[in-house]
Amino acid sequence: MAKMISLTIDGHPITVPEGTLIVNAAKQIGIDIPVFCYHPKMEPVGMCRQCLVEVGRPMIDRVTGQPVMEGDKPKIGFGPKLETACTTPISEGMVVLSQSDKAKASQKEILEFLLTSHPLDCPVCDKGGECPLQNLTMAHASPQSRFLFDEKHHAEKHVPLGDLIWLDRERCIQCARCIRFQDEIAGEPVLAFYQRGRATDIITNSEPGFDSVFSGNTTDICPVGALTTADFRFGARPWEMKAAASICAQCPVGCNVTLNTRREAKSGGKVVIKRVMPRQNEAVNEIWMCDKGRFAYHFTEDANRLAKPLVRKNGKLETASWKDAIEEIGKKVQGNKGEVVVLASGRLSNEDLFNLKQLADGLGGEALLYTHMGGGELTTSFGIPAGTNFSGMGKETTILVVASDLYNEAPLWFLRLKQAAERGATLIIANARETKLERYSKFAVRYSYGDEAETVSGLTKKNKIGEAITAAENLVVLYGSDGLGLDGSAAVAAACAELVKGRLGKPKNGLIGVWPRANDQGAWELGFQPADNLGKLLKGKTVYVVAADPAGDDPKLEAALKGAKFVAVQELFLTETAKLADVVLPAQAYTEREGSFTSGERRVQRFYPALPPRGETRADFAIIAAIAKELGLELEGRSASLVMDKLAASVKTFAGVTYRKLAETNEQWPIVGRGDLYYGGTTYENKQGLGVQLALNAPAPIPSISVEFLRPDEDQWLAVPITRLYDRGITVSTSELLRAHIGEATVLLHPETAKKLGVAAGGQVKVNGFRAEVRLDATVPASVALLPRGLGFPINAPAVAELKKA
Amino acid sequence: MLAEKYPEEVKKIFAKYPPEQKRSAVMPLLYLAQRDEGFVTKAALEDIAQMLDITSTDVAEIVGFYTLYHDEKAGKYRMQVCTDLPCALRGADKFLEELCGNLGVKVGETTPDGMVTVEAVMCLAGCDKAPMFQIQSPDGIAYHDNMTVDKTMELVAALRKSGKEVK
Amino acid sequence: MAHLLLRHRDIPDIGKMDVYEKNGGFEAFKKAVTKMKPQEVTDSVKASWLRGRGGAGFSTGLKWGFIPKDIWPHYVVANADESEPGTFKDREIMESNPFQFLEGVAIAAYATGANAAYIYLRGEFWPVAAILDEKIADMEKAGFLGDKLFGTDFSLRIYTHLGAGAYICGEETALLESIEGKRGQPRIRPPFPAVYGLYGKPTVVNNVETLTNVPLIVEKGSDWYKSLGTADSPGVKIFSLSGRVNQPGNYELPFGTTFRELIYNYGGGIIDGRPIKAIMAAGASSAMIVADDKALDTPMDYASVRALGADLGSASVIVIDDTVSLEWVISKTIHFFKHESCGKCTPCREGTYWMLHLIERIENGEKTKETVELLHSVARQMLNKNLCPLGDFSTMAVTTAIERFPADFEASAAGGEHG
Ligand SMILES: Cc1cc2nc3c(=O)[nH]c(=O)nc-3n(C[C@H](O)[C@H](O)[C@H](O)COP(=O)(O)O)c2cc1C
Ligand code: SF4
Ligand code: FES
Repeated sequence: MAKMISLTIDGHPITVPEGTLIVNAAKQIGIDIPVFCYHPKMEPVGMCRQCLVEVGRPMIDRVTGQPVMEGDKPKIGFGPKLETACTTPISEGMVVLSQSDKAKASQKEILEFLLTSHPLDCPVCDKGGECPLQNLTMAHASPQSRFLFDEKHHAEKHVPLGDLIWLDRERCIQCARCIRFQDEIAGEPVLAFYQRGRATDIITNSEPGFDSVFSGNTTDICPVGALTTADFRFGARPWEMKAAASICAQCPVGCNVTLNTRREAKSGGKVVIKRVMPRQNEAVNEIWMCDKGRFAYHFTEDANRLAKPLVRKNGKLETASWKDAIEEIGKKVQGNKGEVVVLASGRLSNEDLFNLKQLADGLGGEALLYTHMGGGELTTSFGIPAGTNFSGMGKETTILVVASDLYNEAPLWFLRLKQAAERGATLIIANARETKLERYSKFAVRYSYGDEAETVSGLTKKNKIGEAITAAENLVVLYGSDGLGLDGSAAVAAACAELVKGRLGKPKNGLIGVWPRANDQGAWELGFQPADNLGKLLKGKTVYVVAADPAGDDPKLEAALKGAKFVAVQELFLTETAKLADVVLPAQAYTEREGSFTSGERRVQRFYPALPPRGETRADFAIIAAIAKELGLELEGRSASLVMDKLAASVKTFAGVTYRKLAETNEQWPIVGRGDLYYGGTTYENKQGLGVQLALNAPAPIPSISVEFLRPDEDQWLAVPITRLYDRGITVSTSELLRAHIGEATVLLHPETAKKLGVAAGGQVKVNGFRAEVRLDATVPASVALLPRGLGFPINAPAVAELKKA
Repeated sequence: MLAEKYPEEVKKIFAKYPPEQKRSAVMPLLYLAQRDEGFVTKAALEDIAQMLDITSTDVAEIVGFYTLYHDEKAGKYRMQVCTDLPCALRGADKFLEELCGNLGVKVGETTPDGMVTVEAVMCLAGCDKAPMFQIQSPDGIAYHDNMTVDKTMELVAALRKSGKEVK
Repeated sequence: MAHLLLRHRDIPDIGKMDVYEKNGGFEAFKKAVTKMKPQEVTDSVKASWLRGRGGAGFSTGLKWGFIPKDIWPHYVVANADESEPGTFKDREIMESNPFQFLEGVAIAAYATGANAAYIYLRGEFWPVAAILDEKIADMEKAGFLGDKLFGTDFSLRIYTHLGAGAYICGEETALLESIEGKRGQPRIRPPFPAVYGLYGKPTVVNNVETLTNVPLIVEKGSDWYKSLGTADSPGVKIFSLSGRVNQPGNYELPFGTTFRELIYNYGGGIIDGRPIKAIMAAGASSAMIVADDKALDTPMDYASVRALGADLGSASVIVIDDTVSLEWVISKTIHFFKHESCGKCTPCREGTYWMLHLIERIENGEKTKETVELLHSVARQMLNKNLCPLGDFSTMAVTTAIERFPADFEASAAGGEHG
């Protein structure tokens, strides 16, 4: 325990741990000392000088070493200079005056200096309305400037730093928050200052510009309107927008976000999302989010969204009423109950999946999870228990990451593991290729594709690594599907589970799956399982596909579906799968309804409706309930919270979970939002719930899975699937901004491999007949071709492939 | 590539700093990079970034901060005349003006033959020897103390003739 | 008296190893390493009350004593940035009496337990660095640098590091950032370099001239050293004299020599015999001293100059005569500081820029009372709010020129050019 120190700030007594900075001590008792450069998540730099306050300390007699007394109180000595509250730690008996005439005058004077160069273009500035500089100016600055407007520093106003972030050089106040964020927090120092003095400017030299998946966060912490997103620029004024709490649905991290919406003429009078902002959850995403989550929301408002049910008549899908569509399904299912296959993905909420599972069980059919990654039954029983999150991890924890490229698969976990490592956690990365996180690891284990599970099993036998794993007070293992398919990842999961099984139920210990979808963990918890012979399983069956597009992903699955007896598809878009369905049901996007997701950390989190539903769309759980009713089953469909009540009553790990509980919050540090945006940035305060971590299932037997080891011949290559953050998935490709980041179907080759094939970077090859563009990457093992999933090439598991120059 | 072109120099530079503090080598490496063109090319930024395992943005910020690194081509010789207070008290401003007149350029400009760029700079620690300037060339930096316009013109003539700097 | 620091003026070729050795060179270093404990060396420097010659005048021995014994390694850094306008003493020492300086570096390293020392030279000192590199190589050859010196366990390497044109890198924390390969911007203090310095390790930063004194103290003792100069400021000091004097240059004199002696006896008086008007004792960072008889007869030591409402700083004495308008002088200093502000903190970055606009307006004829007052007020507003002293330095000449030479800022006064 840190020593506690007592002091007074503006007359208020407070006791805080030793080392606390004045600014933070003040914040805790509701005193907002103005800051620009200071940010509670970063090291103080004391640059902007806005936070100058008077600081007095008890005077010590030089001769006796005793405090000098004034009556019965120690005499307080004030230095000739004000001190920066953001860099000065508190000390015993300190007296801080942030509101004295001297301190206030200084704050006003610094503001005047800042405004000499500032263009004061608030009326056209995106930050207007939530701008710390504007707010402080309103509160403190003199109405008349002593600085001649004509003498203002002029600089470029519209500088694209990359295609996502724009810079207005005139508005920049040189606080370096963006530079320091990229450097300290993101670990991607691609921003810097150029020149010096008044000429100081932000630059980036990266190719492409501002090359970081965390770039959007800089716009939240920029205390002026210097950095704005290309997406929101000139989009709306902050006060015109409504805010709805939500959860990012792009990956298993489950970042807490806020959707800002407004009704606008430009969008035909519709309510649309204008931007996605992070919402504080220190256990999940702190106050950050990645660019995919921030910019990939446009799908919900895409013009091609399904709005009405469709029923196939005379070979063609035609608009139908809900009643007809559901009756049609009822008719087709009625006689084939035992043959029903429900195929759903982790895009759905817990409530949807629960109802689906009930439906499948009630019909005696099967509920399958559509995914390329296995092992989830192990994360439900050997997973991390409540009270586990990365923010508390440091020296006493070992974190092992197997077969996952977190930067691409779960960017916020990348960020949080990096920080855990910096706090002293032992990070071990095992992968067949170098990934970005390796830079922060203590140990890197390299294996050949196919050797994953065996490598994991052998880790404890390695000297130092073995000790780091077995002797660690806490051990968290994350595994993913980098280079792996269903079997491979299930085998890895089993090997990883062996490592943590002795630590069952101990907080800060356990297994985490780096799932491809936001609610895969929820699906596993609710009893969904994938099938590795999906093609065969679908043939001749009555199939109900929800939130998945197997036909679009894989021609083999398309063929299988074509051979099904009956296909009903519930979707947002007319996907390839929907196109071949007999009945298509239009679902609401998660932004239009209530629900909850279970994150990879087994945290159930609520999202709230932000937009009115599209056309006649309905919430998935409600549609499922309607179908159930048609088939004589009683399922809850009235509201998501009622479904959750049923769910919690019947699924053990969810016991006790209610919507009210999910909405509980407690005070988080740092305090963000509220009155002063200059402290934490424009990140939203979390008033809607921090979520609940699930209990663990009874331990399941750990299966032993053997995977066929692929050994390509001389002239063959091993084609290996990997995940790229920006793929062609519907959520990304509907975002105009991100489209440029997706690119063509690509194959990543080692330069030597490419040379052998006679292709250069940018050249074309054919992989098993599919065309792909070549990118060179020295981290790719020789004779291996890495194929990003979801970029047009149907690959879910490693395969031997033929590679030819095209 | 600096490491290939100047292997000896690069080795010497790295030897100065603890192995885990490679970044310290950025300033000497930038001087080395300026040898070729008189300024730091984009390719050199990338090259140095790779050698030091930092981003090229991190290298660029160094070029931007320090005045002896240049991001644009100028004359082969940068004649940097001190016009700061102590030198100016001894006629440096006048010297610079006359010199520019003689060379037919304005401050900041380069002679048409591309040999000399005249610049006005801050104190060079030669205050007692004003007027004075330094010449920054691909080979380094050299002081020229107690100068007159005539002496300077002779120096320029010699530079033009030999392509080399003479003291 | 023979020169103690500028010894090359008495002994030709003292910059050569054999000559330096013949004249007692490296005896002090050898004595320290073989006969004294590091603490004894520090104590003796402390007892000499040697004060840093880089400007702040802080006790060198005290500074060495702050180096913690539980964090390793330690570093010594010699500050050879010498960029204060009007300062040119370190250059002469390094060019002409390099070994005495290097010996001082070596002793400082021994006293503080450093096995590596860096000499940070301003980029313009390229040829000086070349000289030092040569001398360092000589020392290695002669066994004064390298492993296990004089048969003890003490090893030392000295390296030069060139800056690249930035006055701010003379500020010690900016200097350390610069060696680390970053922009030369000051760090927040505390922690001070003695605890968190180069590469985050305990580091002593000393000025070239300071270090050049050290061999003398080790050799001849602190009592001898204290017998020179004044009680407040013992020892000798190199005064860099520049501006409107007949014989500008470096003058090594005991502390306590008066301005008048420096300017008239040593500096040969004012050009053309004109009346002296103002003195800047600490380069461009100085407050303006009105050069009346009282000032001229003030002994140059830290305390006495402070009593004149100025600082001795690095003792770079710039002399201004009656041909010069102070408005022009501060225009020069403002230009300088505007150019050199690192831009890290608001008051300095914006204030120097604002002052520049105001002085330009004044020079362009808008010499109104309001503009001058605004300039004065902006300068005062900058004071005491900055991260490092540069911001404050930039205001010194401005406020004191306006306060102490009001006539030069009156509408009728001749402005623009000097002379
Ligand atoms: C803006 C600024 C510039 C400085 N320039 C120099 C310099 O050029 N040389 C120097 O020795 N000290 C300079 N100093 C002082 C150093 O920060 C530091 O105090 C000094 O190197 C300590 O050495 P000393 O104790 O031997 O004087 C400067 C300080 C400031 C604030
Ligand atoms: S006072 Fe000036 S030089 Fe010093 S840190 Fe601030 S901006 Fe930089
Ligand atoms: S200096 Fe304290 S907030 Fe910027």
